[in-house]
Amino acid sequence: MTYDMEQEPLLSPKKTLADVNTDVCKPMERWPSKSWFVVFSISVALTLFGLGLFIYQLRTGMGVWGLNNPVGWGIDITNFVFWIGIGHAGTLISAILFLFRQKWRTSINRSAEAMTIFAVMTAGLFPIIHLGRNWLFFWLMPYPNTRGSLWVNFRSPLLWDVFAVSTYFTISLVFWYLGLVPDFASIRDRAKNKIRKFVYGLLALGWQGKQSHWNHYEIAYLILAGLSTPLVLSVHSIVSFDFATSVLPGWHTTIFPPYFVAGAIFSGFAMVVTLLVIIRKVFQLEDYITMVHLENMNKIILATGLMVGYAYGSEFFTAWYSGNIYEMFTFKNRALGPYAWAYWTMITCNVVAPQLFWFRRFRRSIPVMFVISLIINIGMWFERFTIIVTSLHRDFLPASWDMYIPRWVDWGYTLFSFGFFFTFFLLFCRFFPTIAMSEVKSTMHVGRKTPETEEFVF
Amino acid sequence: MDHGQKHHRLLGIVGLFKDPYHLLKAAKETQTRNFKHCDAYTPFPIHGLDAILGQKRSALPWVTLVLGLAGCFGGFGLEIFTSAMAWPINVGGKPFNSFPAFVPIGFECTILLGGLATVAAMFMFCRLPNFHAPVLDEKITDNLFALYVPAKEEGFQENDVKALMEKAGAVEVRMIG
Repeated sequence: MTYDMEQEPLLSPKKTLADVNTDVCKPMERWPSKSWFVVFSISVALTLFGLGLFIYQLRTGMGVWGLNNPVGWGIDITNFVFWIGIGHAGTLISAILFLFRQKWRTSINRSAEAMTIFAVMTAGLFPIIHLGRNWLFFWLMPYPNTRGSLWVNFRSPLLWDVFAVSTYFTISLVFWYLGLVPDFASIRDRAKNKIRKFVYGLLALGWQGKQSHWNHYEIAYLILAGLSTPLVLSVHSIVSFDFATSVLPGWHTTIFPPYFVAGAIFSGFAMVVTLLVIIRKVFQLEDYITMVHLENMNKIILATGLMVGYAYGSEFFTAWYSGNIYEMFTFKNRALGPYAWAYWTMITCNVVAPQLFWFRRFRRSIPVMFVISLIINIGMWFERFTIIVTSLHRDFLPASWDMYIPRWVDWGYTLFSFGFFFTFFLLFCRFFPTIAMSEVKSTMHVGRKTPETEEFVF
Repeated sequence: MDHGQKHHRLLGIVGLFKDPYHLLKAAKETQTRNFKHCDAYTPFPIHGLDAILGQKRSALPWVTLVLGLAGCFGGFGLEIFTSAMAWPINVGGKPFNSFPAFVPIGFECTILLGGLATVAAMFMFCRLPNFHAPVLDEKITDNLFALYVPAKEEGFQENDVKALMEKAGAVEVRMIG
């Protein structure tokens, strides 16, 4: 019996080096389609709607939210954690898979990194929206001031968040730009239009592809990957510290950092699948983002989904095993209390749905993976909602219990967050190469058979 | 301007190749002649080419190390200075110098400064941005691989280099100057 151990080609074998630039740049060199304008208009409208909400909130006060005394964190912080989590898949693909020499990452890292940057931008708005006096947001930074100088409280996890999220955004942006430089040079060199040549020429900074430059470039890329790896793990760990360092039952657990990181990668990969299934179809990039890439991502979704499921079980076990009545009550309340619908939505979406990916047929089916990725996005949003709201709404004293009912403003901001994200993402799809061209070219031989007559073939 | 002279001053010879294999062949050939200033222009990094061309490993990691450490000490220093020295405030009975609580921000500062310095140093080492350098060929950022031998090399002979490129399989050999 023989086993076929040959590697499946990463890219469609009929593609040549020259095809990469042509195919990836094609969407940037034609006028946007009607459907692009429709989706873009909706996104911009939602963004403007959010701006309107913010003006309403500034004029009226924080009372426009459905938040109340026990539930001081609601959908605002849910959205913050949700969007930060989305970002993590991009860094996992660009940095961690790079360190592990996973060559399949090259077709998907550019758009995943773009997703990271826009998701972190979206997330970063929510703590600012959530502030009581939003206009004083810069008080979060430590700088000499006329109030003393009164410094920020470095012992607070909320301040750790400020540093973690802003560092994460800065480093991700720089990493993304570094990867874009050779591709901007490609666009500059193939540009027929003078303005296009000038703009992309500026962005490319005069990159020429010199070997002596590639030497520095590759080391810089490797170091940034090495720095981003602990960074991405630290960011969601620190986000989880916002909860874990409190004394509230259901929040005060040591499992939170790995649980949050696994959940972040899980939701982020689901979002990458959602976006890439659309991109490869709309921009005809099926030869570059192939079934191999999609199946690999679905495998990661399955693995991280199992980790998340394990964390859900472990939380319950620890609550029971600890013998702590408050902890046990919180978990019973999650599964059977007034927010049981949110809890069971979370379990169904995050634990049950991804199990389909055990089967190769479903891992390689576009409709199945698209639907499951959407389901997981919904499930992961509800995970954050469940963690935040069910722990807050019933704590130690029954006298202080209350329900959190999101108002239209809360939901409106959620809609806005999607509009804001997609506004940037759609612009990215039009103006930037959605696939890292220079990186894809370096992997074109992977899994391909070399004809015997030729010594080296691309 | 002396136009007659300009025509004869050769700056270097560039060979254009269709794939990395033939480029590497030519690069190895230049090495046998002890050329020290050759450089290649490629659409993506070709591993091993740096060694063949005799280029040294980048010194970037040292920049990262030094600036990363600076970020680390700077971050912790800021936290300790503000929380324990400039205006000590009792927060929940914690010590003024709450070192374990300072670790996350100290770490983030390390990464931030180390990462930014790495990229800045990379552009500095490459002397970028540089918008005036002539583009050898517009196909280099697409699918063309070029090897450039400057005329200043010791033992540079026009015909020899030309033959070398052609023998290695260059699709075109151009005189630059």
